[in-house]
Amino acid sequence: MKVSIERATLLKAVSQAQSVVERRNTIPILANVLIEAEGDTVTFRATDLDIEVLDRAPAQVERAGATTVSAVTLHEIVRKLPDGALVQLTDDSAAGRLTVAAGRSNFNLATLPKEDFPVMASSEYATNFSAKAETLRKLFDKSKFAISTEETRYYLNGVYMHVSESEEGRVLRCVATDGHRLARIDAPVPSGAEAMPGVIVPRKTVGELRKLLDDDDMDIAVSVSETKVRFATPDITLTSKVIDGTFPDYSRVIPTGNTRRLEVDATEFAKAVDRVATVSSERSRAVKLQLDEDRLVLSVNAPDSGAAEEELAVAYGDEPLEIGFNAKYLLEIASQVDRENAVFMFNSSGDPTLMREGSDTSAVYVVMPMRV
Amino acid sequence: MPALCRDCLTEFESGPRCPACGRPRIVRHDELRSLSIAHMDCDAFYASVEKRENPELADKPVIIGGGRRGVVSTACYVARIRGVRSAMPMFKALDLCPDAVVLKPRMALYAEVSKQIRGFMEDLTPAIEPLSLDEAFLDLTGTQRLHGAPPAVMLARLVKRMKDELGVTGSVGLSHNKFLAKIASDLDKPHGFSVIGKAETQEFLRPRPVRMIWGVGQAGQDALERSGIRTFEDLLRWDREGLMLRFGSMGERLWHLARGEDHRRVTRNAPVKSISNETTFHENTKDPDILDGHLWRMSEKVADRAKAKGLAGRVVVLKVKRSDFKLITRRHALGDATQMADRIYRTARAMFDQLGAGVSYRLLGTGISELVPADQADRLGDLLDPQAEKRASAERATDAIRARFGNEAIVKGRALR
Repeated sequence: MKVSIERATLLKAVSQAQSVVERRNTIPILANVLIEAEGDTVTFRATDLDIEVLDRAPAQVERAGATTVSAVTLHEIVRKLPDGALVQLTDDSAAGRLTVAAGRSNFNLATLPKEDFPVMASSEYATNFSAKAETLRKLFDKSKFAISTEETRYYLNGVYMHVSESEEGRVLRCVATDGHRLARIDAPVPSGAEAMPGVIVPRKTVGELRKLLDDDDMDIAVSVSETKVRFATPDITLTSKVIDGTFPDYSRVIPTGNTRRLEVDATEFAKAVDRVATVSSERSRAVKLQLDEDRLVLSVNAPDSGAAEEELAVAYGDEPLEIGFNAKYLLEIASQVDRENAVFMFNSSGDPTLMREGSDTSAVYVVMPMRV
Repeated sequence: MPALCRDCLTEFESGPRCPACGRPRIVRHDELRSLSIAHMDCDAFYASVEKRENPELADKPVIIGGGRRGVVSTACYVARIRGVRSAMPMFKALDLCPDAVVLKPRMALYAEVSKQIRGFMEDLTPAIEPLSLDEAFLDLTGTQRLHGAPPAVMLARLVKRMKDELGVTGSVGLSHNKFLAKIASDLDKPHGFSVIGKAETQEFLRPRPVRMIWGVGQAGQDALERSGIRTFEDLLRWDREGLMLRFGSMGERLWHLARGEDHRRVTRNAPVKSISNETTFHENTKDPDILDGHLWRMSEKVADRAKAKGLAGRVVVLKVKRSDFKLITRRHALGDATQMADRIYRTARAMFDQLGAGVSYRLLGTGISELVPADQADRLGDLLDPQAEKRASAERATDAIRARFGNEAIVKGRALR
């Protein structure tokens, strides 16, 4: 194999590959990226056995071929090369080496045979549809903060993507929860997705997917089977196993009878929460909300370190209420609001609280209160 | 040879009796005036306190422990003559000693007396390391000038004061490190005073069994025995590397202990870093019900101790040892710290379930770590487990009942397996 490729193109492809590769690896080949050159394209393939990413980059291929080399090392080298450089990758399969040359820099990297590289088994995808990057970005960006990291409830370690019935009809829906908060985000069902099986997309896949979604108008080809999900742009194909488990029935968790309504400017609210939480050094800082006629007092009382209080003008017309929350959870859900005011719907100080943006029910958040 | 009368605290050089008061309770040792690390252990503490509270019990066999199905917590020396030992099942103790007076422990009372004893110790030195309500290490190094008397005299005065003012007796072990002081206090119980000097350390240890080492339990003994180590003499035959290779960091410690060396300092109790409980089974088991019962009981014990100390843990730890001696520990960080037995149990159980079924175990333990004050715990509900709040209320109600009517007033069915 002998190819010449522009540094920026190479960097983009290799950085996607190296982020999939697990840092701590017991199987050497999994630390490598598979480089295949043919025609006028070089493809870079990396996997952690659960996720596989494939990047296609245009290149001048002098001699077709394939080899594997450490993804992290290659990425580091390319990153440190000067901008605009033309990089030459030459494989000497007899010596088991790959030469990386750019200008006066020359690197010689150990390779492993391409035959050892595990290529993810292809599968039949029952559902194939196309979605705008912008739509997927909303679905995943607004839900991923609620993904659980608890390994004992592994079925919560991802975003549950499925088709569901909402007040506005059928929707493509993403739900994530860690048992303390929950995010439920809806988008119109793309054509072809109606019969999609519900799948739990793992946290890491959600992170990798995000890199495909920067361009609003890009069409993303989505393929879903019972066990795998694939997202593809013309250059990148991301294939992932889904979490083998049953996502809990979240619908019963979302309160429907909460009547006490608070409307507040989300940005001001988040800033105030952040300010009062400063005095507490606890890992899970509790913020108390005291609600009265159009008035919200946020306070933190940390016996060892101090106390803080801040008053906000809000729209609130129900009976007075005192309720506590984990400051971090409040900040995270408040920061999901970007267009209108945040609307909180409370019941009592012990019941889950609902939050949405204005009257928009396509993004709904639930957060558990905290005893204060 | 320097000698000390334990009754009138007179120091003298020779003679079988005290030249001042004429009594025979003498402690004599070449290094009596230079040793300064001590271990003080009260004699049958709970029983002594009960006898003090009710003088009618003075010459009766008294057993402190819980219920007919429980075990002996403390037996007074009268009961011990009949063969009753602590940790013995109550029915067995009553077989040996049917006329024994069995009393439920009154921890609050014992804690009160313990606090008074601690007060006496504080008069001697600030370097006190309590091990429990009734025993502590004391380091009196450098206090001779302050007290105008060597440590031995001050310690004799301490136990005399305990007897005179509080009506409880204690045994003292005096040596040059904690390991030996602890061994010494046990040599001459009750109301004893034993000294192990530097000069005789090696000779003293040589024939003794290694189970004397604090922290070497049955499992440790078995492991040592498999390597042919039964006495300190056996231990001395091993070189340092060999012991380390075989027993890891414990090997290093064993090598030093074999030579009577122990470099641990007497420190006031470091803040608690974790609370845990574990048990090695009489027989290995893979019975899921039995294991589940153990898991619950241990979670409950951990929770009880956490509640007593006003602490809660952010991390739940599960420790198991398989019958092939492979030790496995798992930890799980909680979003919200806990001191509730229910949450400790459920978390430990989930980790246990992930270890796989059908494996035989010899040890099981649970614990909590990354401790925080209790008021920062159990504040956050679980959306996906709406019953959790009810179970927490039930546990609080159970705690209230047990505080009033004793620990066995109410137990979970699960605990009986």
